[in-house]
Amino acid sequence: MSEMTKQRPKHLALHEIRLPLAGFASILHRVSGAGLFLLLPLLIWLLQLSLGSTQSSAEMFAAVTGNWLVKLILLGLLWAFFHHFCMGIRILLIDVHVGVEKQQAHASAMAVMVISLALTAIFGLKLLGAY
Amino acid sequence: MQRLVVGAGYGLKDWLAQRVTGVVMAVFTLIIFAAALGGAMSSREAWQAFMANGFIRFLSFLFIVSLCWHAWVGVRDIWMDYLNSAALRLFLHVMTLLALVGYAGWAIQIIWRL
Repeated sequence: MSEMTKQRPKHLALHEIRLPLAGFASILHRVSGAGLFLLLPLLIWLLQLSLGSTQSSAEMFAAVTGNWLVKLILLGLLWAFFHHFCMGIRILLIDVHVGVEKQQAHASAMAVMVISLALTAIFGLKLLGAY
Repeated sequence: MQRLVVGAGYGLKDWLAQRVTGVVMAVFTLIIFAAALGGAMSSREAWQAFMANGFIRFLSFLFIVSLCWHAWVGVRDIWMDYLNSAALRLFLHVMTLLALVGYAGWAIQIIWRL
């Protein structure tokens, strides 16, 4: 083993680590991806109900999406999707060396947080039937 | 010989696959949003007619394959990062793969039945 491997901290004190905004947005990229994966069956089921040709599938779709708990879950998934989407674009831009500098990276992480929350609000209000 | 089991692919392949599948999904998403603005979600009938379109079925197939592939790389990375037990990792890798292949079949059958 090299010297460098030996000096690695063995136990990270997570509560003492203060992530920069870009790091925070990055861990949320992982969290949102995991959430989307875990609830994928719900989304496929809703797709199935939305495309079903029978009267019962139409009624079931209305009943499921009308449930407040499902609405809450879908609201969370909306945020997860938009955050994951925006972070993905940020990653692709950094891949082609756009926004690599520290200040730009901070600004783009902030933009991802703000834009994804704003999009969640816009589509979330629609989901909750506000307009 | 003592060897550390990491189960990683280490290469350009997964990195590139994550980008390509991500772009495919992003483009499809924008098409869906544009279609929705154009009224494709105005009613159940309009939505079903939109999704039954041949070109959209082609694209939604690509979307489903991309999604499952993308989720495989991402979720596998999570298991690799946080689990130390090789046995548990192998188990969850297999479970994740089986789930995703099953989801892909389920979703494709929904859009291709139209």
